Amino acid sequence: MNFEATPIQSELRALTRKFAQTRIAPTVEQDERESRFRPELIQELGSLGLTGIPVAEHLGGAGLGYQDYIVTIEELARVSAAYAISVAVTGLPQVILSSFGSQEQQEQIIPRLASGEAIGAFSLSEASSGSDAASLRTTARRDGDHYIINGTKLWTTQADNADVILLMARTGGSGPTGISTFILKKGTPGISFGKQEKKMGMNISHTMEVVLQDVRVPASHLVSKEGDGFRIAMTALDSGRITIAAVGLGLAASSLEIAIRHAREREQFGKPIGHQQGIQFMLADMKTQLDAARLLVQRAAWLKDQGKPFSTEAAQAKLFATDMAMSVTTDAVQILGGSGYTQDFPVERAMREAKVLQIVEGTNQIQRMVIGRDVLQNREL
Amino acid sequence: MSFFSGFSTEEKLLQDTVRQFAKDHLAPHIEKLDEEEGFNREAFRVLGGLGLLGITVPEKDGGAGLGAVAATLAFEEIAAVDASTALSYLAHSILCVNQIALNANTEQKQRYLPRLLSGEWLSGMGMTEPGAGSDALGMRTRAQISEDGSYYTVNGTKTFITNGPVGDVFYCYAKTGEGKKDISTFLIDRSMAGFSTGKKFSKMGMRASPTSELVFEQCRVPVSQRVGGEGESLKMMMRNLDLERVTIAGISLGIARASIDAAITYARDRKQFEKPIASLGAIQERIAEASAWYDACRALTYQCAKLWDEGKLVGKEASSMAAKAKLTSAQMATKVGLECIQILGGYGYIREFPVERYMRDAKLIEIGAGTNEILRLIIARQLLGEAANG
Repeated sequence: MNFEATPIQSELRALTRKFAQTRIAPTVEQDERESRFRPELIQELGSLGLTGIPVAEHLGGAGLGYQDYIVTIEELARVSAAYAISVAVTGLPQVILSSFGSQEQQEQIIPRLASGEAIGAFSLSEASSGSDAASLRTTARRDGDHYIINGTKLWTTQADNADVILLMARTGGSGPTGISTFILKKGTPGISFGKQEKKMGMNISHTMEVVLQDVRVPASHLVSKEGDGFRIAMTALDSGRITIAAVGLGLAASSLEIAIRHAREREQFGKPIGHQQGIQFMLADMKTQLDAARLLVQRAAWLKDQGKPFSTEAAQAKLFATDMAMSVTTDAVQILGGSGYTQDFPVERAMREAKVLQIVEGTNQIQRMVIGRDVLQNREL
Repeated sequence: MSFFSGFSTEEKLLQDTVRQFAKDHLAPHIEKLDEEEGFNREAFRVLGGLGLLGITVPEKDGGAGLGAVAATLAFEEIAAVDASTALSYLAHSILCVNQIALNANTEQKQRYLPRLLSGEWLSGMGMTEPGAGSDALGMRTRAQISEDGSYYTVNGTKTFITNGPVGDVFYCYAKTGEGKKDISTFLIDRSMAGFSTGKKFSKMGMRASPTSELVFEQCRVPVSQRVGGEGESLKMMMRNLDLERVTIAGISLGIARASIDAAITYARDRKQFEKPIASLGAIQERIAEASAWYDACRALTYQCAKLWDEGKLVGKEASSMAAKAKLTSAQMATKVGLECIQILGGYGYIREFPVERYMRDAKLIEIGAGTNEILRLIIARQLLGEAANG
């Protein structure tokens, strides 16, 4: 086992950190307050080769693995979880089409997303189908060489900014086998956006209702075959869970850093508060939890890169890293006390952002179901 | 020890009154005020009309003549709808008005109490400073008496002051000597020359309870504004912190109750996998756990308030017990708040539902009125005695 970063990973870390510090940090607080997303930042990330990291070189990607990808996601999340999520979300259609798309679909869609020129999104949830994704109601009816899609999607990240949305809709009977995946392009008549959700945090990353009224999509935009959509979505979520876990690492790492600095500098009772054992122990737990989470995330990424099954390990990484992020960011607010509660320090934002990581890409209850089922059915202990 | 065994008829009446008040005057506005960092000024006039702004003030001074149980109850009911207003109400009624009634002279009471009790004036308290948070006695704001002994010149900055931006009067502590304990109290009017309220803080939660600095620059304060003797405020300051902690636990209780109610309603209505999520064991466990901790904290808090009202909580024991009530309730409310967001999933994270606000508000109580860390220290010192100091 090797715990050292490869030269490429070190390079990615330095490159992303510099970009996040110089291009995202200066406006991130203001942008969060105004829910302002800057698409040009995705383009710039693309020109640095950071929006298509795990995608093959012949499709315009960097041809690297998830072990490299999570380095960039974590670094972005240290400054802005919303941009980290944006990069992860624009990566998802690339990863899905790389595995399931036709050659034509791959060549047409992936290079534009990998270069950052276009933005991608992924649309699965509906008002009444969240954790129970297989019960979705949006329909896609075959009509000659087209499909006609009707329904309403919820919680679609960056749908309003996306050029391409991968969308799950029902082409057959009820249950998971009736679901198919479609490529939806921006500007297709019949697509409109409902309300943009006002959220507790993560406001730069827009969360949209997508309304589909008689949207005509060429049959060539069906990914894989009819009935394959649920399997595709679940595979996408497996990969997505690794990136969401990496967002948790970044949020926790930056909050821990601020808490440590504060514990060193803030004096009460005539000495730095870091001298108090209560604070020391909190920091010790935070650091240990963060490192443990990072190892779980790296293991899941390694398995994926090796082409081995990684579904349960990705669920474990997501569960642990996002619960850890919630607890570490909450403790960071606590260590900063009154200052931590104000918007003058980024730890309160980190705490508000961490919460959503426990909900997206499968709530942590769903992760527990995945892990629980696996340990009961398949595992040798 | 006599145990708390439910509310008296009078307290139940108060509960109904406050519940109705919250429904009519707070519920319609709080979502917008939270978003815009506003303030429900009108609510205080209504509370004044109901006779609730001086909830702990004796009837002879124009108050309601009730005690810690009643105050805690009022804060719980208000916080279940709008924790920001509960916090501002507490800062006004417990941190300032209660202190004036207890410690001020007749002239001061006559000048301030009628306006503060009617809601014409709003008030707050000034203790915390940028360099003196948990270490409150490390405060540096100085009040220097003039040569003729007729006024003080006050210099310094107070921070994180609830009602700072909206208050007309502040009950402020300042050093009048070199020693740690040389603390005196002054009633500061907003109009005094050399006094200003510095920047307003943007906060994670409690956003409809405005917070700011209080800034003193050569502020001239007549001697008649001093409450009690010079250098004699430490004891009453600490005693008030204890009362603050008992009663602020009510805010945590109110927030937690509202969170649990919202989670229960949602769990019953929301169907996934073709049945209400309330039928899932994991959801049941979360709700059961939340409710059990809420009840435990509620029992401790009202027990503590009752002992306070009976005059049975004094000295270090009072500080320790108040710390226990607040420490447990505050932690419980944040934890319950986070769990309830989780039960609502995506809906818990958006502002259309109030549970994300409940959690943001709850977190404050783990920091304000003594951080969790300071409260643990107070409890430990009482238990361990001299050995705690090494």
